[in-house]
Amino acid sequence: MNLAKVDNMLSLDDMRFSAPEGAEVEIAFQNVTKRFGDLVAVDDLSLDIHKGALVALLGKTGCGKSTMFNMISGLMAPTDGRVEVMGHSPFREFDWYRGKMAIVFQSDRLLPWRSAVKNVELGLETLGLSAAERTERALYWLNALGLKGHENDYPHALSGGMRQRVSISRAFATDAPLLLCDEPFSALDEITSRRLRTEFARLVRENNKTAVFITHSIDEAFDIGDRIVVLKRPAEIALDLRMSADVSDVDRERIRDTIHDTLDA
Amino acid sequence: MSDIASDRQSYADSVFDTVRWAFWLAAPFVLIAAAWQVASLFFPPFLFPSLIDVFARVWDILTTWSQFSSVLATAMRILGGLAGAFLLGAVLGVAITNSRMADRLLTPTLTFFQGIPALSWVVFAIIWFHGVEFRIIFIMVMTTLPAFTFQVVGALRGMDKDLLEMVMSFRPSRWKFFTAMVLPAVLPEVITAWKVNLGNASRVVVVAELVGSSGGVGYQLLQQQQLFDMAGALAWTLQLVFFVLLFQWILSQFEQFAFRYRSKSERS
Ligand SMILES: Nc1ncnc2c1ncn2[C@@H]1O[C@H](COP(=O)(O)OP(=O)(O)O)[C@@H](O)[C@H]1O
Ligand SMILES: [Mg+2]
Repeated sequence: MNLAKVDNMLSLDDMRFSAPEGAEVEIAFQNVTKRFGDLVAVDDLSLDIHKGALVALLGKTGCGKSTMFNMISGLMAPTDGRVEVMGHSPFREFDWYRGKMAIVFQSDRLLPWRSAVKNVELGLETLGLSAAERTERALYWLNALGLKGHENDYPHALSGGMRQRVSISRAFATDAPLLLCDEPFSALDEITSRRLRTEFARLVRENNKTAVFITHSIDEAFDIGDRIVVLKRPAEIALDLRMSADVSDVDRERIRDTIHDTLDA
Repeated sequence: MSDIASDRQSYADSVFDTVRWAFWLAAPFVLIAAAWQVASLFFPPFLFPSLIDVFARVWDILTTWSQFSSVLATAMRILGGLAGAFLLGAVLGVAITNSRMADRLLTPTLTFFQGIPALSWVVFAIIWFHGVEFRIIFIMVMTTLPAFTFQVVGALRGMDKDLLEMVMSFRPSRWKFFTAMVLPAVLPEVITAWKVNLGNASRVVVVAELVGSSGGVGYQLLQQQQLFDMAGALAWTLQLVFFVLLFQWILSQFEQFAFRYRSKSERS
């Protein structure tokens, strides 16, 4: 065994996430519980997500990830506790978030009756931009996601990967400071999925977004998050780890094993 | 060389396909016409008039304003009745999909209405109302309203929940939500509903026109019956069939334009 390496290893405690000094809280869960009848999907969960963070929420299917996501996006109200996003309540102040959050769903959810560029313009149409500005922005983002030449294609003529690129363009085009993604690449093949998540992480950082990225894949969480929150069922936090550049490959491997064990427990 | 040959071959194939298509389109009508024409040789004209006489009458109706205005009057009654039933049906349909109470009250009522024969509505209209045009519109609306409403309800309930959620996530205004999501999502079924109801309305209208109207295809048909004029009865019937075919064609053209986003394979 290589003892020198053991000396350099970070302990799990070293990797535990702690809020950066003076960081502004963008999303706050305070003792949040969500029940569906007798089923407890989220149990007394507290979690702060800071402005500018790229957080991966990692958990097995059915552990309550989408339920958390729906409470952040305002589509669902918590049964108990408070969910605050940017200091407001997403469910009760639904319209306040116009232009402030954008979502990439698991399936592309493109309107079949709109061409790629018109799909990207959808979010912009709620923001009072002129038609020319809308088109310009939509084309910019389609181009940024490598869809030049497909602007006027209808969704049925695009591949699954291309459609998900259109839906990512649609989210970025609104220039919302908060991006929410619910397993956006899990329906794509491994190669397309890997390429898209790297691109996605780069775009989030370049554009200074806060992003919550839900996934059930450990690889994906590692590729994307600078913080990984591991959830057990019902949604409660099992591990909360920082993933900065100083974490060595050896440590990553070890953490990966720990996460595996935690998820399987 | 072989390219040109195969091009010519596929051109010949497509011509052959078109001819075959036209043949099968015309075949049933040619068959009926031939049978009729044969019958006209053996029966007196008041039973089976020659098709030449029938087409002379058709031409006469189309080119004489006093007669053609009857065709237009009936067409307007069909379209007016359908438009009225559709608008009312859309309002009721939205109410039924959005309110449990409306659903519980209206759905059984409309189902009950669906069982009332057109002729009963004719009798009710004559007893309740005086104006002839109003009676006709009333009958047209009452007979097509249930189907229109149920079709609108079906279309609204069939909207893709995932797409609804996605559009909602952008926090659109009510108007934006309607124009960007609801309208394009229900349009295909709405057009199908129009096509179906057009056929029903064209059959009801001639009955409705027996409430005392002094024009229209129904009124003209009654005249032909009193004169025992079979050629005239056929000619007036054909006017109605022509109108339905024409309007179906217009709806199909609109459909092709509105749903050009669909892939070819889906359309065929
Ligand atoms: N609308 C709902 N009604 C009833 N049960 C639900 C509903 N949404 C989710 N659940 C249940 O809550 C649990 C968590 O679901 P979900 O948040 O979708 O998990 P995940 O996204 O992590 O796969 C599951 O057991 C699921 O069956
Ligand atoms: Mg989920």
